[in-house]
Amino acid sequence: MRRTMAKASFHTALNLLFFALIGTSLLAFTYNLTHDQIARSEEAEKLKLISQIVPHELFDNDIIKDTLDIAPDALLGSNSSTTAYRARLQGQPSALVLEAVAPDGYSGKIALLVAIRDNGEIAGVRVVAHRETPGLGDYIEIAKSNWIKGFDGISQARYTERDWKVKKDGGQFDYMAGATITPRAVVKAVHKTLQYFAQHRETLFARIEAPQVSATTASAKEHKK
Amino acid sequence: MTSQEFKDIFYNGVWKQNTGVVQLLGLCPILAVSSSVVNAVSLGLATALVMTLSGAAIAPIRQVVPNEARIPVFILIIAVLVTIVQFVMHAYTHELYVVLGIFIPLIVTNCIVLARIEAFASKNPALESALDGLAMGLGLTAVLAVLGGIREIFGHGTLLTGIDMVFGEAAKSWVVTVVPNYHGFLLAILPPGAFITLGMLIAGKNWLNLRAEQKLKGSSATITPVQGGCSPAAHG
Repeated sequence: MRRTMAKASFHTALNLLFFALIGTSLLAFTYNLTHDQIARSEEAEKLKLISQIVPHELFDNDIIKDTLDIAPDALLGSNSSTTAYRARLQGQPSALVLEAVAPDGYSGKIALLVAIRDNGEIAGVRVVAHRETPGLGDYIEIAKSNWIKGFDGISQARYTERDWKVKKDGGQFDYMAGATITPRAVVKAVHKTLQYFAQHRETLFARIEAPQVSATTASAKEHKK
Repeated sequence: MTSQEFKDIFYNGVWKQNTGVVQLLGLCPILAVSSSVVNAVSLGLATALVMTLSGAAIAPIRQVVPNEARIPVFILIIAVLVTIVQFVMHAYTHELYVVLGIFIPLIVTNCIVLARIEAFASKNPALESALDGLAMGLGLTAVLAVLGGIREIFGHGTLLTGIDMVFGEAAKSWVVTVVPNYHGFLLAILPPGAFITLGMLIAGKNWLNLRAEQKLKGSSATITPVQGGCSPAAHG
């Protein structure tokens, strides 16, 4: 009796193992088949977003590959390291794209992409992910309204501390009645990103100005992947 | 397989045992992604594809798998198929993949898939099982399409927004503006809108059934309430 039971269990285990092996090899096969295409789509998607906020005449390098890892920073609202994309024109740094998070949206975090020119002016801002109320707080999306374009061309030099608020709070930024928490969070996050940029400008651009070294490390990293 | 069996499987899947409005299985994606036609139909078709493939894959091995190990093996096969569909969507319809997000991998846990495997594919040959999966999946897709359409018209005043995520930039002109200058109706887009609309669809289907029944019996027949979809018997 005990032997037949052991035999049955063994048979079941073998059966499971057999199907697990078939399943795994099928998955490995599909993964290999689609992997390159997935990487390409992801890059194209990122490039599409970045080229919305960094004008084409500002860069001639492969901006997706020219990245810089940035340690978590309270000013960027990030808990883990983020990626900065570097725009160059004929080898000279022209702009930097930073990932930032507005932690205090109406329904949680709002992920942003902020492009800053080397003169400290904002080239553009886009919302990458958010959970704001559809139809109410989602006007921060470019698909819904042009509100987010209000940041274009603004710099720390142009706006003082008290300008970095929505108009309701005495600042310079538009808002829509009924949804002020969302724009407040975005304005605050963009302001902080500019502060981060101002504080780390030297290091960010110093590292940019040594393209040879960073480019090789970046491509080495790419190969490892 | 006779053509009568073929018809029965389709009638059963698309209408009589419709997963969306009769069996009421797999409501999580129904409520979450049916805010527009394109999202709803895309997830519906992905589910239909997984159900067809899993029916075809599991029916031939139903006698090989020991009874005690069948659920893990079935789930394993479903998970593999879903992941393959996910890879393919990620590679070729990237934007749609981002929109549908977590709901693609969640097809694995959609109880309707395993329910049809248990109820049908583990007892029938491969061709019938594949057809059953397809019919059930198409039934779900149809409900999702109607639900998505109603919610999109009431919520945004448009139809087919986001079609360019599937067919590329050129398809942008396919978007139909049903109500111009519409300011949107939030309730229809939020989850309660999905519940309310689904409730109305169920009521509509029950009404149609009732009317058909009355016609059959003639005017002398008394009205018998249509059995709700939640009874265990309906789950097959």
